[in-house]
Amino acid sequence: MTGELLRESYSIQGRNFDKAGEISTEIKVLLRDLGIDAAFARRVVIVAFEAEMNVVMYADQGTLTLVLTEGDISLEVKDEGPGIPDIELAMKEGYSTASDEMREMGFGFGMGLANMKKNSDDFCIESEVGKGTQVFARIRLNSNG
Amino acid sequence: MTLAEIRDILECEVLTDGDDLSVRVHQVVASDGMSEILAFARSGELMITGLTNIQSIRTADIAGVSAVVYCRGKRPDKKVIEFAKQKKIPVMVTKMVMFDICGILYNKGLKGVS
Repeated sequence: MTGELLRESYSIQGRNFDKAGEISTEIKVLLRDLGIDAAFARRVVIVAFEAEMNVVMYADQGTLTLVLTEGDISLEVKDEGPGIPDIELAMKEGYSTASDEMREMGFGFGMGLANMKKNSDDFCIESEVGKGTQVFARIRLNSNG
Repeated sequence: MTLAEIRDILECEVLTDGDDLSVRVHQVVASDGMSEILAFARSGELMITGLTNIQSIRTADIAGVSAVVYCRGKRPDKKVIEFAKQKKIPVMVTKMVMFDICGILYNKGLKGVS
């Protein structure tokens, strides 16, 4: 187990569509400035962006924590929101509970969670209806997704 | 095909100035769904969309596409164009619809990603 090189936490405001995605853009710049491999960083940022958009679209608020070690980056996203009643169903490509407003934003077409899983080496979701959802994703440096 | 050739063939107006349009493009991703673009985009390809909000440029930046073409004559607002300039992503707009754009570019040898 390698030690932590960096830990950053970000607060995500639910339903703030103007700011949606700002954190992921910030993470992209952070990883570039750290000299992180671009293809690896791209996978991390796609996971972060999809997670951030999910929190903005569905939850009241959330946090995204990024931890960098020598061999991987993990992202932990926790929100206070409605929760997911059927995670297996939610993971299916094309399944969506998005509103028209969300779709007008270009999201909510049932690809987000699947995209997050595809770009992660380890991925898990825990959710409690009425309380919120936690997503954990680890992206390893020496893998191609 | 270069971005300049794509600009000419699609009769685009370039909304960001000072971009290098000699960049070559081989593949295209076309969708109004940002997750779909993130799922299928490859670095350096061309992105075609009808979605003109700030998320379209955030998606383009994260996906690492070489340029964005807005179809159906839809124009992003100034804030979006400024953000694209900041991220050095060339942005163009054409009056053509997405289906026609894809058909024209496919005929010229460009392919999608599957």
